[in-house]
This record gives sequence, structure tokens and C-alpha cells, in this order.
Amino acid sequence: MTVDGTGNGRPLDALRAAGNLFGGPEPDPAGDAGHPDPPGRVGFFTDTSVCIGCKACEVACKEWNAIPEDGLALSGMSYDNTGALGASTWRHVAFIEQGPPAPDGRTELPLADTGSGGTPDAAPAGAGGDLRWLMSSDVCKHCTHAACLDVCPTGSLFRTEFGTVVVQEDICNGCGYCVPACPYGVIEQRPSDGRAFKCTLCYDRLSAGQEPACAKACPTESIQFGPLDELRERAAVRVDQLHRAGVEGARLYGHDPEDGVGGDGAFFLLLDEPEVYGLPPDPVVTTRDLPAMWRHASYAALSLLGSFALSFALDAVTGKTGPTRRPAGRGRS
Amino acid sequence: MSSSRVSRHGIDGRRPGRRAAPGALRQGPEADRDGDGAGPGAGADGPGPSRWRGRRRRGGEEPMVPRAEFGSYYGRPVIKAPSWSAADIAGYFFLGGLAGAGSVLAAGAQLTSRTRTATALKVSSTAAISLSAAALVHDLGRPERFANMLRVFKPTSPMSVGSWLLSAYGPAAGAAALSAVTGRLPRAGAAATAAAGLLGPAVAAYTGVLAADTAVPAWHGAHRELPYLFTASATAAASGMALVLGPTAQTGPARHAAVLAAGAERALTAAVERRLGMVAETYRTGRAGTLMRCARLLTTGGAVAGAVLAGRSRPAAVLSGLALLAGSACTRFGVFAAGLASAEDPLYTVGPQRAALSAAGGTDRTSGDGAGRQE
Repeated sequence: MTVDGTGNGRPLDALRAAGNLFGGPEPDPAGDAGHPDPPGRVGFFTDTSVCIGCKACEVACKEWNAIPEDGLALSGMSYDNTGALGASTWRHVAFIEQGPPAPDGRTELPLADTGSGGTPDAAPAGAGGDLRWLMSSDVCKHCTHAACLDVCPTGSLFRTEFGTVVVQEDICNGCGYCVPACPYGVIEQRPSDGRAFKCTLCYDRLSAGQEPACAKACPTESIQFGPLDELRERAAVRVDQLHRAGVEGARLYGHDPEDGVGGDGAFFLLLDEPEVYGLPPDPVVTTRDLPAMWRHASYAALSLLGSFALSFALDAVTGKTGPTRRPAGRGRS
Repeated sequence: MSSSRVSRHGIDGRRPGRRAAPGALRQGPEADRDGDGAGPGAGADGPGPSRWRGRRRRGGEEPMVPRAEFGSYYGRPVIKAPSWSAADIAGYFFLGGLAGAGSVLAAGAQLTSRTRTATALKVSSTAAISLSAAALVHDLGRPERFANMLRVFKPTSPMSVGSWLLSAYGPAAGAAALSAVTGRLPRAGAAATAAAGLLGPAVAAYTGVLAADTAVPAWHGAHRELPYLFTASATAAASGMALVLGPTAQTGPARHAAVLAAGAERALTAAVERRLGMVAETYRTGRAGTLMRCARLLTTGGAVAGAVLAGRSRPAAVLSGLALLAGSACTRFGVFAAGLASAEDPLYTVGPQRAALSAAGGTDRTSGDGAGRQE
């Protein structure tokens, strides 16, 4: 899985990035990462309006990538027993139940003895109609401006020729810096291993001309794989179609090259606010502000020097302590 | 239901509010977040809203302004908190600052012929930076691969820059200490002292960028202030070390530096909290709040006691020096704890982002007509 050259080319990339590639639209991230003549950028369009929550993507991902088991317990919060994306969960199907809450916080199904007639139709009016299930298969966003990649000190994370972001497992030393850098909370260190892992967008399959395992397994084409430009067009058509059909809440998420991460390689059609799905509403790549941070750090370093210089000067002026002051002494040549 | 938990580090008993909050979710941004507990519509028992209420009560701080309102995915964090151990990384923030600023003070002491203070600070800086390196390697998931840190040089990675800084600063500090202790090679020792004195401020300052260059709201939101806060804290620590180790007659500059640092730290902590708005409560409540309050007491107390008494009394100098050291450590551990608290609660990730979106004036990137704004 090691790709030489791309991981090593980072200083150059970084310098070029200083030429304003820390944020904003970037049409060719693979080319900017040093790939000569890269193939077109690929990605996922996850249309959650047709997701049925079958979790075939989760299973296919685990199987293909040989990801270890990471918990078979029940989460107790919903039918989502996976919880979240992580080191050993590269696809995660979120499950959201929306409806009028039952008295004790649990969802009360219209049982036979609650109605007068004993049929489900006899449930209180509106209760059944207001209930809806939202399902969404979450995945690494393969950001245009990927914070995990930017902050990786070893060059283990790199941009592939497909414009995706992949960890080189033989280089990662488990520093864990990518973990808090990710604005989506995707990448994570595997406790049993120490290194960081995340979705590779099936780099091995892409290299062999195959689509990623999750997209291959998705029975409803909720997960669509393809060239990113084409996916964006398809998504625009789909969201229009849904609006015309009266689905007011349909919106695209992560499709916009103008957003805080320069657009996602894996974007979504959602039916509610992003935070309802556990997604940040306005993620920003942290390195967008890195030039300002370095500037402030250099001022801070200078102010440290200055404050000590001032302290010595103050002491010389007030001059009460320091009987050893300035005897032409030893210690300095 | 109480026994059910995802056994991976993700979700378990200590994660709050993981029951479904259908009412809150349904309402989306209109969900009840005003803390009156009434819940959205009939959602009086919605765990989401009641969770926020409970948390705020625990914190003991009532916000001045009604908070942003939004839903969440069962109260789960949006971003992942760093898995760094506080002892290793916050400890490194402290020790690295102590070492870096100590080298500056040592160089100044040497320039002004305060030789004993200079030697003591060179030794303490070497010890601190050695411990730092050990802590950093210890915190790696694969410690045997620590050398990979020097595989590339990446200005976009504060950790890469820091690794290279440490690999230059550490040997310089060590050589300066060695020469000072053994009395050999004084010219090389002076050169090493100067090199360590020049690299020291960078070592003390870059850790602020290391923390700020993340998605952690309490750190990234304060990315302009953190480097200054860290160098002020480092100055306090090094001054404290000089008060503890140096002869009483030579502590003048350290006492002045301690007062400057303590004042700067207070001002900067206030500036951080002003900048962070709602996220500032992660610095005021819980573990971080305790640590930051201790830091303020210890640093201010140490600086004042040092200024008044340390010139005359050796025990007073040692005590105020120890207070300054402890105060600096509290600041670093406090900032670290505030970062973890802000990462573990989706409120602090989503709230500021929602505020930024509405401040941007309705350019909600996820709004229904998003498809029309692709190009």
C-alpha cells in the first residue's frame, strides 16, 4: 500500500500550499500533491433518501479490508449498534428515529390494547404519520483540504492519484495528531494496534479498476461511486427531483468546493440538518489558519525573548539585587 | 439497557445523553435549548435537552445569552478527542516550555555573570527536555517508530516542525549543560548556550500551535492567543525554576520576569475566554476550571510573593518558585482538559459552526437549494 514519492513530496506541497492552497476551491488536489497526470478525482455520493439501513456497506467494508471486530454489544440508543466511525469502522450507518416522544423517552408503538378497535389504524391520529426513520451511511469525506494529511508529521497520510486520502500503515507511528485534526471525527487510533486507520476508498480496488466494496454492496444505490464531477451533477438532479416531490428537507452536504474543507470527496444528500446525523454543519480545515498560527507563534517567541530582556533591564535599573552584577567575570568570553 | 455499550472506545457509560431524543432531533435547530427543560413541544422528557440542562447545572455557570439551538446524534461527539494522555502531552507542554524559556534565562544569566543560576537552569532545561522527549515517545502508538518523525519535514504539521526543533534544541541544551557542569570547552559551551537560548523560545511557542492546529474547539478557537499564553506560562515556569535553584542574590531578573509572566497570563486567559464565547465555559467548568483557577492563584501568588520576598529570604524564594512552577503546570493541564471537554461535547463543535453560518448571512451550505450553488 506504500506509495513512494507522494508521501515524500510534502515539503514542496507545503510550500506550494503556502501559495494559498490551505483553503478554498482546488480543482486538482491529486495534481497539486505531485501526481503527474492523475486520473480524474473520484468519490462517493451517498443519497440517504434511499438508504434502507441494511448495513451491507459496513459488512462489505469490514470483509474486504479485513478490519477487526470492534464490539458486538448493543448501543442502547437506537438500531445503530455501531456507534460512530472509527479505526475499525470505516462505514457507519446512522439511524435516527424522529417522532413524538413517548412519555418515558421511549418510542411507543401503537399496540393492540391502546386503541379502541385493536388495529394499528386505531392509534392516535398523527402519531404514526409523524414518525420517520432517517438512515445514512457515513464514511471518510476525503476532503479537498484534508487536515489529517496536513498535520501528519511522518508523511504516512498521503493524497492518492485518485484525489483520495490514505494512511500508509507501514509508516504511521501512532502519534495520534490526525485524530483531533479531523473536523468530522473520522480517523482514529486502534487501541490494540496504536496506529491510525480510516477509509481508503478501497485504494486497492480502485487501482484494479474496481469500485469500492461498500458501493458495490449497496442494494439501493444509496452509495454511488464515480468521478466526482459526475456525482455532483447527479446529486443536483436528485435534490431537485426530491424538492419537486415535496421533500422539503432534502439538501446536499459536503458538495460545495467553496466550503471550509474545499468540498468533500464523499458528499451526501441529507433529509435533515447535518448535526442530526452527527455531522458538523460548517467544518473548516484547521490548517486554513495555520499561517496565522505560525505568525502568532513567532511573535510569541519574540515576546518571550523580549520579556526576559526587559526583566534583565529592569533588574539593572532598579539594581537592588545582583551584587554579582557585571564584575568583569568568567562565564562569557 | 444500562449494560449495553459499544465496547470500542467510542460509546460507554461515561458518554452522556446517548438515549434517543426524537423531539429534539425532529425540531432540528428549533429544538429546545433554552434550558428551561420544557422540551420541544411534547418532548418534556427528551434526553437531549435535559442533558444540556444537567450539564450546565453541574458546571454552575448560567450563560448570559440564550444558547444556540440545534439537534445532535444522540449527544455523541462530532469530532474525536485526542487519545493523548494528559501526563504525556500536557506534561510535555509544561516541560518543553520550562526547558525553552529556561534556556533563555540561562543565556541571560550567563551574559550578566550570574553563573550559578545559569548552570542550574541549563541543567534543569536539559532534564526537562529529556523528560519531554521520553514523554513524547511514550505517547506514540508505536514508540519503536519514533524516528519516523524525522522522515519528512512538513511546515503544515506543527508536530513535524516540533520534532525538528527538538532535535536541534535538545543537543544544544545538553551541550550547554554539560559544558557548564564540567567546566570544559567554555567557548563551545557558550555557543551551545546561545543556540539553546535562541531555539528555546521557539520550543516554548510552537506547542501553542501544536494544540491549536486541530479541530478541537477550545484550542482552535483560541489559535491566535494560545502561543502567547504558552510562552507566558513558560516564562513563569522558568522564572520559578530560577527562584528555586538560583542563589537569592541572583534572582532579580527572574522575579521581574515572573511578574510580567503572571500579568500576561491573566490577560491572555481572559482574552482566550473572550474570544471563545460560549466555548469558554470549557475553561471555567469541570476539571479544566479547577486547574485554571489553581493556575491563576499559584502563578499570581508566586509572582507577588517572589517580587516582595524572594530577594531577601531563600525559603520564600523557593516557595514562590515552586508556586510558579505548579501554576504553569496547572495552566497547561487546564488548557489540555478544556480541549478534551470541548471535543467530547457536540455542543461546542456545532454551536460555533452554527453561529458562523448565521453570521455568514444565510449562506447555509446545506440548505435545501444547495444543488443550485454548485459551481
